[in-house]
Amino acid sequence: MRDAPHGKRFLITFAVLSVIATPLVAIFVGREFPPGNATAQAHEQVFDNSWLVAIMTPPAVFVLVFLAYVLTAFRNRTGDLVDGPPVRGDARIQTWWMVVTGAIVLFLAGFGSYELVQSGSGGGQGPTAAFEPAGYTKAMDVQVIAQQWEFTYRYPTYGGVEVPHLVLPANTLVRLHVTSLDAIHSFWAYQLGVKADANPGSDNIAYVQTKGPLTFDIHCAELCGLWHGYMFDTGQVVDARAFASWIKRQRSYFAPVNRYLPAYATTYLPDPQRRAG
Amino acid sequence: MTVPSSSVRGAQQPDISAAMRETTAKLLGVAAGVAVVGILIGFYVSGWLVGDTRPYRPAATAGATPSVNLTLQTVAAVGPTLAPHADWVSYLVLEHGRWTRSTIYTLPAHALVHVTIYNFDGASGLRNPFLGQPQGLVGPLRFDGKVVHALPPDQPSHTFAVPELGVLVPIAPVSDAGENSPKACGYAPCALSMSHRTITFTFRTGKPGRYRWQCFVPCAAGFVDGFGGPMQTVGYMDGFLNVV
Repeated sequence: MRDAPHGKRFLITFAVLSVIATPLVAIFVGREFPPGNATAQAHEQVFDNSWLVAIMTPPAVFVLVFLAYVLTAFRNRTGDLVDGPPVRGDARIQTWWMVVTGAIVLFLAGFGSYELVQSGSGGGQGPTAAFEPAGYTKAMDVQVIAQQWEFTYRYPTYGGVEVPHLVLPANTLVRLHVTSLDAIHSFWAYQLGVKADANPGSDNIAYVQTKGPLTFDIHCAELCGLWHGYMFDTGQVVDARAFASWIKRQRSYFAPVNRYLPAYATTYLPDPQRRAG
Repeated sequence: MTVPSSSVRGAQQPDISAAMRETTAKLLGVAAGVAVVGILIGFYVSGWLVGDTRPYRPAATAGATPSVNLTLQTVAAVGPTLAPHADWVSYLVLEHGRWTRSTIYTLPAHALVHVTIYNFDGASGLRNPFLGQPQGLVGPLRFDGKVVHALPPDQPSHTFAVPELGVLVPIAPVSDAGENSPKACGYAPCALSMSHRTITFTFRTGKPGRYRWQCFVPCAAGFVDGFGGPMQTVGYMDGFLNVV
């Protein structure tokens, strides 16, 4: 047994299976990964996840083949409880191990950074977004206001009207300004590929490039009190004509309260009105 | 160094078995202990979340569209007879002629709910002025019989809001004069002879489900940001609509 070319057998098996499994996983499994392809940011995340799972496949194959090989080749056939020969270090294997794993980690760091630089990947970037997508100067601004326990939304380019549900026009680059009036919340629009913390006194910017009509889920992703689990909403992406009609109706419907709204600002630090401290 | 296998088996197997049984027993004991503690924590948390309130089911009128009447009062201090936290702000419900502290209401599906709220509390004010406009109602919101379209942000005492149903009702305060008069209500339950505002509105329940309702006004005096204590405990300023 000791003289058998275990290393060569194992490496050949691992290499053949990796070459077969990696493209299959990348093509057929990767495209099923969340959060879908409803926006440019969501599509980028699916692309990233496909790459990650493809890169992850050879190490996974390595572990599984190694496990199967040692269980088969080195199984105890006699039932003895005697220890096997001690395992000694092997400088060549250790060197290759460090080189390969180091290369994988460095590649992932570079890949992740490059993908982030493209457009921010739908994440909150703070008040001065470091990674602006192409055409960001013409992006439509929409403010997300979190409060215990509901999200509301303001449209500064439409008279600052505030509404209880998020509706976005299709095929539009949207700049979301996420903030909070009380505790720390997190705006998570899963199908949009957007997730941004909502902190009081902070303007957290996230970009999303919408595509076609869509209904999407919104959840608070930061434990924020008694009704955190109920802090969800359903948003919509609609075509430009439907959006124009909808925003017009909202401006009319909420006209009575609009005169009481503060001027649009990127953050609000509302005074406790009378009683609250 | 090599030990004959037969001697190893014969000498060690009974000890290994006993050790494994002992370890298994210990693991099972720890798992059972953890499960018991977990269940107790679960009971404690669920009890804390729903408080000591029990559901109230108003009588429904039959017809193509069933309807129910729900009569509530909001008070600045619930008082020692109705709750363990006498100074907490609270909703009460009129149940068979008596005011009781329940914020879980069982209502029929697709029904019209005619709500009357007697508010004995003063102004607290909204953190978000947007929540000063009534939404999702069938018909108008009335304060003392007068139709209201929106309240200034420093006015609301409380809100009655069911976000999943799109229902939002700001509640008008007792005037400053009323709050400072001898007729001001100190502790609940408050009689209608005392200073109050009457708020009336109607909403539709929709499909069966469990909908939470809450107050959006940071009205919990003495708590951080006015949103602790009664704002975070079912049975005071939060509750459920069990639509069946």
